Amino acid sequence: MAHSEWKTIVGLEIHAELLTETKMFSACPVVDSVTAPPNTAVDPVSLGLPGTLPVINKRALEMAMQVGLALNCEIPPVNQFARKSYFYPDLPKGYQISQYDRPLAVNGYVDIDLSDGSTQRIRIRRAHLEEDTGKSMHTGDGSLIDYNRAGVPLLEIVTEPDIHSAEAAEVYARQLRAILVYLGVNDGDMSKGVMRIEPNISVMHKDDTGYRTRTEVKNLNSIRSLFRSIEYETARHIKAWESGEGVRQATMGWDEAKQRTVVQRYKESAEEYRYFPEPDLPIVEVSREWVAEIRATLPELPIAKAERFMNELGLSRYDAGVLVAERAVAEYFEQGLTTGVNAKSLANWMLGQLFSLFNARNITREDIATTKISATQFAGLVKLVDGGTINKATGVTVLEEMYDTGADAQAIVDAKGLAQISDTSAVEAAVEQMLAENPAWLTEYLGGKDKLFGPMMGKVMGILKGQGNPAVVKEVMAKMLNARKV
Amino acid sequence: MTNLTELTLTQARALLKKREISATELAQETLDQIAAHDGAIGAYLTVTGERALADAAAADKAIAAGDDRPMLGIPLGIKDVLSTTGIETTCGSKILEGYKPVYTATSVKKLEDAGMVMLGKLNMDEFAMGSSTENSAYKRTTNPWNTGRVPGGSSGGSAAAVAAGMALGTLGTDTGGSIRQPGAFCGVVGLKPSYGRVSRYGLVAFGSSLDVAGPLTKTVADAAAILQVIAGHDPLDATSMDVPVPDYSAALTGDIRGLRVGVPKEYFIDGMQPDVERSTREAIAQLKALGAEIVEISLPHTEYALPVYYIIAPAEASANLARYDGIRFGKRIDTGDMWGTYKATRGQGFGSEVKRRIMLGTYALSAGYYDAYYGKAQQVRTLLKRDFDEAFQQVDVIAAPTTPKTAFPFGANTSDPLQMYLEDVFTLPASMAGVPGMSVPCGFDQDGLPIGLQLIGPAFGEENVLRAGHAYEQATEWHRRVPVLG
Repeated sequence: MAHSEWKTIVGLEIHAELLTETKMFSACPVVDSVTAPPNTAVDPVSLGLPGTLPVINKRALEMAMQVGLALNCEIPPVNQFARKSYFYPDLPKGYQISQYDRPLAVNGYVDIDLSDGSTQRIRIRRAHLEEDTGKSMHTGDGSLIDYNRAGVPLLEIVTEPDIHSAEAAEVYARQLRAILVYLGVNDGDMSKGVMRIEPNISVMHKDDTGYRTRTEVKNLNSIRSLFRSIEYETARHIKAWESGEGVRQATMGWDEAKQRTVVQRYKESAEEYRYFPEPDLPIVEVSREWVAEIRATLPELPIAKAERFMNELGLSRYDAGVLVAERAVAEYFEQGLTTGVNAKSLANWMLGQLFSLFNARNITREDIATTKISATQFAGLVKLVDGGTINKATGVTVLEEMYDTGADAQAIVDAKGLAQISDTSAVEAAVEQMLAENPAWLTEYLGGKDKLFGPMMGKVMGILKGQGNPAVVKEVMAKMLNARKV
Repeated sequence: MTNLTELTLTQARALLKKREISATELAQETLDQIAAHDGAIGAYLTVTGERALADAAAADKAIAAGDDRPMLGIPLGIKDVLSTTGIETTCGSKILEGYKPVYTATSVKKLEDAGMVMLGKLNMDEFAMGSSTENSAYKRTTNPWNTGRVPGGSSGGSAAAVAAGMALGTLGTDTGGSIRQPGAFCGVVGLKPSYGRVSRYGLVAFGSSLDVAGPLTKTVADAAAILQVIAGHDPLDATSMDVPVPDYSAALTGDIRGLRVGVPKEYFIDGMQPDVERSTREAIAQLKALGAEIVEISLPHTEYALPVYYIIAPAEASANLARYDGIRFGKRIDTGDMWGTYKATRGQGFGSEVKRRIMLGTYALSAGYYDAYYGKAQQVRTLLKRDFDEAFQQVDVIAAPTTPKTAFPFGANTSDPLQMYLEDVFTLPASMAGVPGMSVPCGFDQDGLPIGLQLIGPAFGEENVLRAGHAYEQATEWHRRVPVLG
């Protein structure tokens, strides 16, 4: 396949539930739709009972405006809800209240950093508010519907088809997710469906002048499956075009087990939703003062935070990017900094030893605040290493014990006598012992075999039970060996 | 006191207050009247006899304790399109057979809170679609003045019950004339308030931008008393206006000297029944005799009200009626699969007029037709509103016939939907403009059938309508006539 002749064209639609206390159009409480017992968070409005009417949740409007502003969107002076009609049992009214020709936010962008060092701007076409549907569960002997989720505020964020690789889609999705989490409007948990991503995928040949048929992938529950589905679908399209078979417009699903897309249904004609303005709701007027008020509530967003970490703390772009990707991680880092620890050391230890430990223990980074090691305790460990009280290897051991017990680093070091040996006389004694035990090494070393220095130092460290200060050991040993030359 | 069912609401209230009659005897006599005559009239779909007597007993106790709520002990009936907790609410449709709501409409709740005695639920055209109540899926309601004639519709049960002394007042709803036209046909007062004056929460939607609940009563003063209770902003209805509710009784002075009454030339058309034109002109002459200034005006877009209405109302209805799918409430005809169940439930649950309007509305909203139909209709609707805005620069109230003809025989229009639609030509414009309109008895035709005078006021200017109607009523005897029941 001549991949180089083809370009990937992807636009993403991201649906994010908003973390309001009540639903989009009624005072019905919003609950965790995965854990709450089915149909316990419902009211006449969210069930669409005859005669009920929607009332706009102002908090949802404000959260949506926050997102719009964070995505550099324009907030038009009016927005309007509309009815989108289709039949499905989990849609209580037979129409979804959404926004159509007057969305809440338009014409924004997000800049993303790609692994090749380039920065790309992904344009945001629009962001609009709507209500979520209930959840259908299909069992062997019928279908069940849980309406807890019906009416939960949902923000749909649509990009232009500016994404040209699975990697770019992933980076964009992660960044958008981080923004939502930073704003506190969504907890970013794709496994619970509170954030859902649908890529619209097509490919473009280098000789093309317009877009080719696209397919849409639904029900992706992780960023990993977003990445895989784009790779899979792109390859499928190229193959289909090159074989002459072509691509039919379709809605695809993602088979996680088989790691492939499957056709859910073909779309032969444009979908007919019979949109019209929602007569039960007034047009929403958004004053410039209101927009300014909302803008003033925006917290420091990931990109700005990363810039600050680079400019003020001297961190690398990569390190800063990793630290800000999860709001919880950034907060942990910033809380650690309050102890006065060296920022670069703290960043190195978080990105290195702490995250290695998380990987080994199967902990996700966003759960960092729930582990037994507090940010200040972790900073305390880094300070002990920086100050030479313990060496790096001991630090890793101490970290594991902190993770298991929640104890302070200093307490573990004291209790186990792990403080590193920087006393020159103790190190000298250890070097003498090593030389006495390995007389052949000394002869060979003095004969010019310099690379024996490493094993010799290892022995010394062994004699010191690993607690020797590597710098001191190195210096003392070099001095003693040099004294025997001549 | 010979027959309590001949009392007006205002008279009954005074007697209850003076404790010359008890709420219990008033309720019992009304229930007796229903038992004696509703077999022939067919106004009620559900009579809540036990509830009525319990409400009345509670009212008697409250009156004895000095309670003075405005509807205390007053027996009222409610159109079956208003949601009532625990009382079957069918909207005249088989698809809601057996549906007992879990919440009560705000307008009904306000009457309950004011102490009303609940008599039951009143017959209507299915989902308020019709002008004769012949579209009820349950029963025929006859006109108390002539049981061979229709009572009008869609609030036919509400009008017939008042005319037959089977309620001191009722709530109806009006989308294009459904309070005023049956009011005229049955010789009672029917008041459609301004759109947004009375909460729609719990009014099962037909045309959301048009539906209004309002009273049918024996006198204008009675209508004012009910409006006083049900009017006002409702946080559960975003289209209810937050404007102060005036003291409507203050308008009932009988003095209309200097009131400017507009007579629109477009409301006197070829083909209208001569008796209707004569009575209307006599009524206008009476207003002049009372000191009003009569001004000939023009509402130039009147002829477009009907076609515009039959695009907008069915379009809204097509979405509003999507929720009747057999999934959550009401009738379900289960065929074992989703689409089959939808088709069977809706196919068998809805009557032909409802289906006709769903199809009309679905078509008008379809892609490619939206601009030509729904979009254009909304533009013309703006012109209709402007007609009234301009008229009310010159006049305080408009006087016109309520209907072109008096009550027609059963079956007269059932084979010709368009002829049926023409029954509403004089009531549709005020609905499209959202302004208040009231039908007041103003005479009888040569067959002894009642004729209604329609009074139309500016938006939220119900006082003007009530003032003119009350003064007219004080000067005439029409409202004192009651039909002789078989």
